[in-house]
Amino acid sequence: MAAARRSEVDGVDNLLSRRVSLLPVLACLALLLGGCATSGNPKDPIEGFNRAMFGINEGLDKVIFKPVATGYDVVLPSPVKTGVSNVFGNLDDAVTGVNNLLQGKGKDGFSDFGRVLLNSTVGIFGLFDVATVIGLEKHDEDFGQTFGRWGMGPGAYVYWPVFGPRNVRDSFGMFLDWYADPVVAVVSDVPARNIALALRFVSRRAQLLPADKVIEEAALDKYAYIRDGYLQRRRNVIYDGNPPREKEDF
Amino acid sequence: MKWLLGVIAALCLNAGALAQEQAPEGLIKNVTNEVLEIVRKDKEIQSGSTKKAIELVDAKVLPHFNFTRMTQLAVARDWRQATPEQQKTLTAEFRTLLVRTYSKALTEYKNQTIDIRPFKMQPTETDVKVRTLINQPGAKAIDLDYYLDKQPNGWKVYDIEVGGVSLVTNYRSEFTAEVRKGGIDGLIATLQKKNKTGEATVPKK
Repeated sequence: MAAARRSEVDGVDNLLSRRVSLLPVLACLALLLGGCATSGNPKDPIEGFNRAMFGINEGLDKVIFKPVATGYDVVLPSPVKTGVSNVFGNLDDAVTGVNNLLQGKGKDGFSDFGRVLLNSTVGIFGLFDVATVIGLEKHDEDFGQTFGRWGMGPGAYVYWPVFGPRNVRDSFGMFLDWYADPVVAVVSDVPARNIALALRFVSRRAQLLPADKVIEEAALDKYAYIRDGYLQRRRNVIYDGNPPREKEDF
Repeated sequence: MKWLLGVIAALCLNAGALAQEQAPEGLIKNVTNEVLEIVRKDKEIQSGSTKKAIELVDAKVLPHFNFTRMTQLAVARDWRQATPEQQKTLTAEFRTLLVRTYSKALTEYKNQTIDIRPFKMQPTETDVKVRTLINQPGAKAIDLDYYLDKQPNGWKVYDIEVGGVSLVTNYRSEFTAEVRKGGIDGLIATLQKKNKTGEATVPKK
């Protein structure tokens, strides 16, 4: 297992010599959760568990998430949907800024805070993304990427119902994202907060509807397609868009 | 009469220059703009007609792809195990799958704009990466990168990366898993079965 993890092409590992190995913890967790078989796939050691969780999510999605998101998508006019997405995106930029600073990327971090300031004022509480228009690019950082930058290895691929694909490191990142969730910080009234969280979820799910159709067409095995896409994508965002291209030798 | 020979020589050189293949980033820019222009005007494609989208992709996009290399890269180590007949079938089926997927994506087009990133290459290079950016309202811009190699009949695309996810690499895992399960013939059968589902058919070449 250690050899398989060393061959994982996350070169950030090379930055620090010590890596946290969570694989034994996760393996125990998987066994406790019902003795699902572990597959021989080195990038997906708990594939049995993951496929089961994927199945649950597909069921939930078919019955609840997708119909609601589709309704949202069909009923609301485009500018309203963009406005909603921008408001939540604005809150996200604050967390992105914090993560950029934690990763030592000061320029990007202050740019993110600049985005929040500009969009919250001139952009009217985040409804309009004026910052992008004047050239302050939107970045994508989260606690999972920060841990990756600090040298934490990704660990096994994990699929969570509702939340979707992660790896072990990004799962911890996800928990911290919840703790530092700007919606929770800004909206103190609990019923209003729950509506806001639900709205954000629906907005994000609606944005993925076009991708659904393409994935249905493209994938031989939907679970594997999403997993492999996720693993490549995480590698890409940790390198901020410039990952080394894997060598082909065939 | 020497001046006439000079004029003819100049004309021949110019004709040669015109016949030369387009530079890679120019090619990407022109094809992308042409295709999106057509999609913007075509109501049928926008309302989800994959059939029309496939016709468009077949006519304007496919000639610029190197499907043999793409299939070889996706099938990877197992390619050498395949007979020439199997390789030919694999390439044809993978091409169909990609055309259908690409066409489906085009029907989801919603007025995004594309920016070509500044591109530099040495005149002697034969393998390049052209980087573009898809701008969409309300969401972060998406990286869309093309990998092209220089063939006798022009620059051809052999891989596309969307948001850092390489098409060829993504399929490599799936194909490897299929070959482990049922050999090369198993992979061919899965691809053929998949390509038969759904509405429109892709014209064979």
